[in-house]
Amino acid sequence: MSRIKEFNLPDLGEGLTEGEILAWLVKVGDTVELNQPIVEVETAKAAVEIPAKWGGVISKIYVEAGTTVEVGAPIVAIDTEPSAGPLPEGLPTPSAESLAAVEIAPVEGAVEPGLIGGPAPGGRTAVLVGYGPKNTTAKRRPRVGTPGGSAPTTAVAPVATPPATPVPAPPVAPAPPPAPAPSAVPVNARVLAKPPVRKLARDLGVDLTVIVGSGPLGSVTRDDVHQAAAGAVEAPAAAPAVTAAPAAAVFDASREQRIPIKGVRKLTAENMVASAFTAPHVTEFLTIDVTRTMKALEKLKSRREFRDVRISPLLMVAKAVLLAVRRHPMVNSTWSGGTNEIVVKEYVNLGIAAATERGLIVPNIKDAGRLSLLELAEALNTLVQVAKSGKTPPSDMTGGTLSITNVGVFGVDTGTPILPPGESAILAFGAVRPMPWVHKDKIKVRQVTTLALSFDHRIVDGELGSKFLRDIGDFLTDPEGALLSWT
Amino acid sequence: MANGVSDVGADAPAGGFVQLLTPDGERIDSVTTADGTTYSVDFTDEEYRSLYHDLVTVRRLDAEATALQRQGELGIWASLLGQEAAQVGSGRALRPQDMAFPTYREHGVLYTRGIDPIMPFGLFRGVDQGGWDANEHRFNGYTIVIGSQTLHATGYAMGVTMDGKTGTPDGEAVIAYFGDGATSQGEVNEAFVWAGVFNAPMVFFCQNNQYAISEPLERQTRIPLYRRAAGFGFPGVRIDGNDVLASYAVTRAALDNARNGQGPTLIEAYTYRMGAHTSSDDPTRYRIASEVESWKAKDPISRLRAFLTKQQLAGDDFFTAVDESAKKLALDLRERVLAMPDPQPVSMFDHAYPHGSPELDAQRAEFVEYHASFEGSDH
Repeated sequence: MSRIKEFNLPDLGEGLTEGEILAWLVKVGDTVELNQPIVEVETAKAAVEIPAKWGGVISKIYVEAGTTVEVGAPIVAIDTEPSAGPLPEGLPTPSAESLAAVEIAPVEGAVEPGLIGGPAPGGRTAVLVGYGPKNTTAKRRPRVGTPGGSAPTTAVAPVATPPATPVPAPPVAPAPPPAPAPSAVPVNARVLAKPPVRKLARDLGVDLTVIVGSGPLGSVTRDDVHQAAAGAVEAPAAAPAVTAAPAAAVFDASREQRIPIKGVRKLTAENMVASAFTAPHVTEFLTIDVTRTMKALEKLKSRREFRDVRISPLLMVAKAVLLAVRRHPMVNSTWSGGTNEIVVKEYVNLGIAAATERGLIVPNIKDAGRLSLLELAEALNTLVQVAKSGKTPPSDMTGGTLSITNVGVFGVDTGTPILPPGESAILAFGAVRPMPWVHKDKIKVRQVTTLALSFDHRIVDGELGSKFLRDIGDFLTDPEGALLSWT
Repeated sequence: MANGVSDVGADAPAGGFVQLLTPDGERIDSVTTADGTTYSVDFTDEEYRSLYHDLVTVRRLDAEATALQRQGELGIWASLLGQEAAQVGSGRALRPQDMAFPTYREHGVLYTRGIDPIMPFGLFRGVDQGGWDANEHRFNGYTIVIGSQTLHATGYAMGVTMDGKTGTPDGEAVIAYFGDGATSQGEVNEAFVWAGVFNAPMVFFCQNNQYAISEPLERQTRIPLYRRAAGFGFPGVRIDGNDVLASYAVTRAALDNARNGQGPTLIEAYTYRMGAHTSSDDPTRYRIASEVESWKAKDPISRLRAFLTKQQLAGDDFFTAVDESAKKLALDLRERVLAMPDPQPVSMFDHAYPHGSPELDAQRAEFVEYHASFEGSDH
């Protein structure tokens, strides 16, 4: 191997497929020793330092900090013999581009890129987990005595560009949409054929990819192979000319912004998709007069204990939820399909959705049901401040049992919130506005808001969800009355 | 330097533990526990130095393995960092005829058995199934399933009794290693029952490193683990797991009891896993930094080094030489790990049955023929 050695991102934790470069601890030109930490990488499991695999001089860093890299992609090159002087001319220096080019065996090895067994970035073979066999090309070993067994493999244009380079895309017009696939199987598409048929084709020296299969689902049969071997097969019909006209107005890539999907955005997306397509959501709405709650809040503010605490209507909503949970514990539970159980929690880790610069996070207040109102107010303030500063520790973001999203702060009335995974209820609290309201049989201007409760219908039926929401509403309509009658 | 009359070390958890070397490197001559047993060691200067050598070596090899994993050369690694004293002390207490049943973390015990440290790397590199001749090495296979080796060990130990190999000072004893998390497993409790009832020549050596992956000890037990033994009818002793001398002394005594026909003992080595559970784990998600810091002050190696220095048993030349030899061994290990050959596909037939079977032999022949049909095949 050449004196320049490339280091590919390994699978750092049993089946990971990617990692984010957090920080480089070295720069190009630095001398490093074997096992000296050179880069911090964060994966789905842990943030770790990677020690240099060779001593030498850093000759190239392929990916900048902040980039998410697929396992198996080169991230750094080290000159292992820096004392040997400058690199001689002609000594090939591998590049990310060259490594990204994937060779594909031409005949029956045509497995589509990305499929298991197919080519993957960095010249590796895609497997279910990890980054696969360490060979750098996905070449198949030729069979003994097969004609063309030693024929060169066909280099195909890079199928996967290295992760560092795709932004921004070159300003070219987008390709027209492909025409519907003709019956002819394009080269390199996956060929359907049973193993004995493949063997037959191999024995007869027939290229399966050029045969139009006559079997089920277009698969190639023994007869097809025999026909092809006898020369009876027709050349595959030329692909029909592309007829789709490009749209009149061309919006080129310079007017598109490409934001890498990573970090909180990525996690949020995964959580939301997982939740939306796992838990059957039902959302119910309740519009209520919260004038008394707002007055109670004013009274609280004038009390000495609350002198130094910032309090808002959210505090009252949180209290309402916590009290209502005591009356309906089933809403504070988790559907555990794996164990065939519904886990009902006696503690409430109350999640509060917070918009931060990094995106949506839902930190939670642990065992919020045990807190006094003052403690709850302080916990809410701390949680919001820490979230805004971007320093929420991971432990605050796990273990939530029930959540509130305060969409009112954005001036909207309500929404249909999606459950954080593992939780069975989430309450959206809308804006509090002065509205005309029937109060003591007269139309008065009152402080009105709308509550929306989404719940997991696997656990919470309409009756339970309605009672829970109604209780929250009752408290907020008349906090003193609710407290007196419930406790 | 005092004759300890209590089993309470200065830095001990409530209830105390057997400690013969303090974190500051002070030697405690002997310790007598509540049941009247006195523990001590009588090492020569050279033996103290060789203990230090072993501790440093196993830590250095472990660090190399961790690096190899981060460099993509091992699929996973379970680091022993912090637990060197528990492993080296107990491992060196074994006599040649004794049998050890390890978990996947007992690299230090493996080393003290005189086994080439590369032996388990085939497993972690994924080039073999981690099988080796347990009888040849007197060291059973690394067991990944939590706690199951305690049952294997107990069954083996009952067999030792049936073979009439106990009851004399030259008898055979069996040691089973496991962690605090394993004590919550049914298997471990069954093993306690069987070993107790059948008076098996067993030592249950629990390295309580405070965490079952992320689950802290208080979620495993309401009483100190060593006290569980009483309920099963055999003695339990807690030792300072970061004290190689206590680990040696108590394990040696327990093994001798076992080989003499006195039945099993549970040893709880109170220690701390300084690193991650395995390379796939991020301990910062469930442990606070100050806790890790407090355990750094109890490091097993620095206390022995302090002792050697104070007693003028070793100087800087010795320490440097030990570091150098450990580094050399580690780099040699690295080279050999990188050179490990990929397994031959046909090797999967090798260990299915000790003497083969006609059906398997036929399959094997067919498989060899199939592979021979490829260019460049070795078969």
